[in-house]
Amino acid sequence: MSDLLQLLVAGISLGSIYALVCLGFVVIYRATGVINFAQGGLLVLGAFLTHQFAVRAGLPFVLAVLLAMLVVALAGVAVERVMLRRMVGQPVFAVIMITLGLLYVVEQVVSAIWGYDLVLLGDPWGVRTISLGPATIEIADLWTIGMAGIVLVAFFLFFRYSRLGVAMRATASDQEAAIANGISARTIFALAWALSGAVAALAGTLLATGPRGVEITLSAVALRAFPAMILGGLDSPGGAVLGGLTIGVIEVVSAAYLTPNAPWLGENVHVVVPYIVMIAVLMVRPYGLFGTREVIRA
Amino acid sequence: MRLFSRNTRMTIRYEDDLRLFRSYTARVVALIALAAGIILPLTLGDFPLSVLCYAGIATIGAIGLNLLVGYTGQVSLGHAFFLGAGAYTTAYLGRTLGLPLPLWLGTSAIVGAVIGALIGPFALRLRGNYLVIVSLGLLMVGQHVFENWDAVTGGLTGVPVRASASIGLLDFAAPGVGSARLTRNQGYFYLIWIVAGLLLLGAKNIVRTRPGRALQAIRDRDLAAEVLGISVFKYKVAAFALSSAYAAMAGALYASYARYVSPLDWSLFLSIQYIAMIIVGGAGTMLGSVLGALFLTLVPRFVEALSGYLPFVSRSAGSAGGITVFGLNQLLFGLLIIVFLVFEPRGLAEIWRRTKLYFTMWPFSY
Repeated sequence: MSDLLQLLVAGISLGSIYALVCLGFVVIYRATGVINFAQGGLLVLGAFLTHQFAVRAGLPFVLAVLLAMLVVALAGVAVERVMLRRMVGQPVFAVIMITLGLLYVVEQVVSAIWGYDLVLLGDPWGVRTISLGPATIEIADLWTIGMAGIVLVAFFLFFRYSRLGVAMRATASDQEAAIANGISARTIFALAWALSGAVAALAGTLLATGPRGVEITLSAVALRAFPAMILGGLDSPGGAVLGGLTIGVIEVVSAAYLTPNAPWLGENVHVVVPYIVMIAVLMVRPYGLFGTREVIRA
Repeated sequence: MRLFSRNTRMTIRYEDDLRLFRSYTARVVALIALAAGIILPLTLGDFPLSVLCYAGIATIGAIGLNLLVGYTGQVSLGHAFFLGAGAYTTAYLGRTLGLPLPLWLGTSAIVGAVIGALIGPFALRLRGNYLVIVSLGLLMVGQHVFENWDAVTGGLTGVPVRASASIGLLDFAAPGVGSARLTRNQGYFYLIWIVAGLLLLGAKNIVRTRPGRALQAIRDRDLAAEVLGISVFKYKVAAFALSSAYAAMAGALYASYARYVSPLDWSLFLSIQYIAMIIVGGAGTMLGSVLGALFLTLVPRFVEALSGYLPFVSRSAGSAGGITVFGLNQLLFGLLIIVFLVFEPRGLAEIWRRTKLYFTMWPFSY
């Protein structure tokens, strides 16, 4: 029983990282209708920037994180302005491929600046853990879970009550109608990329806190977060969090039970189980569990 | 009026648009390519020949992906998986049965087609973003299978391949008569490019006839295609099967030529490389598949050759930062995708068309 509890806690903390990554995807998807494959690159960029500010420049950790979020947000706006603005009206596939190309560019630029080695962020939590009944939790994990919760609530409030948030939803649902109502679609797109960049920097930093550290291969986490995002539905922030938590728990539990009990499935079967779950869900509900069904008109 | 007398640009009847060679120039270019294909292996050294062999393999795979993405409009990040399936089929058949060339190539194509046909129905329910992610998921699952099905794939370490390249008395690994023999690279160059040429001809004939038009109708609007009486189910599945059969043949030739395959060869990066070939070459044109494959195989080799003269490129990865040859290639690769999509979304084929047009119309600019 305590084993299971420990697994659940581990799954939830992994899941909340996925959830944070997914929230970054969802913002861009909601405003522009595109999956941003470069999100992984932004994650790594954010984590390395935190390292730069906190360790190399010696700033307080919180300030370093905020600065990193700001810089990555600006980078997101720059990407939108330089490349994606030209792609308005182009097929989805073309825009996805642009973000994929961008992923390779960002990864190489980051590794050219900071190298290929693992570096620590100099966060105040380190390797400390606390006991919660029979289960042990890292403090860094608690922060991740808490942050995912805060960002989710902030997103909910923003999309629900702020003028900009409503404008963003309007743009997502019908670009032309939104423009006709005086909403600047350009501002909205830039804002979406800025928000997504800031969330990515936060997620990347949290991913690299504690004993984990950051190296360039961290960007692969974004690929592993896809099943979570799809499970929840591409355009639902609540779905992203629920999907993230579900996939996190599934991954941890399958790693604990599947590999010892069914060795013929192979060593790292828990890496592909989320994808299999995702494909199965999509076969039944092609727009995810909480996504909006797209109406196709002839 | 001499300008139009050869009727190179003006098409008068629909039949003109459907011809295999639509203009005089196209015939000339095809003949030049054929002559170059015969002469090149006899004049080039081993290294350029091996690069061109890999370019030929890439051409086959790119034609396959273009049939799916460029002509049918179904996006797939899973192409690398089908290449891998073909390669491992060949590795397995060569090891256990020692089959000759036509049989392992054919079996690989069939295995590829069957897996492709099984994947096809997924595309019926999903579109756009969701299809991209599902194809990514299939690639991940496939990679897991490659890494763990030790009996066939040799697991993480990979597996050596012994697939003989002989048809009857003709052995492409050392073609010739008696003691007068060509080298292995020369032989494989002919083999790979003959197969690539035949498959190109086949694909060209498919896309300019009725099935090809059905695929393009599905790409442009699947609902409208259905209304026109095209069975979307049948053609989507067929497109997946055909595309993966091409990929599997490319993989089979790769395995036979490289003599070793490992799961690392079939990663997401390979899929993206193939998509980049189509984007850079030109989606929805056969010329584009060939140009894109050549371009993306040759450019990294040029960068490697040039990197000795670039002061900021280091040989090995260090913690101090700086960029490696590998890193520079990846960076250029990413930039190529972005630049082509933003500035020339129809690719090299469109540049070639415009250049031709310029000379045909000279001295008028349109």
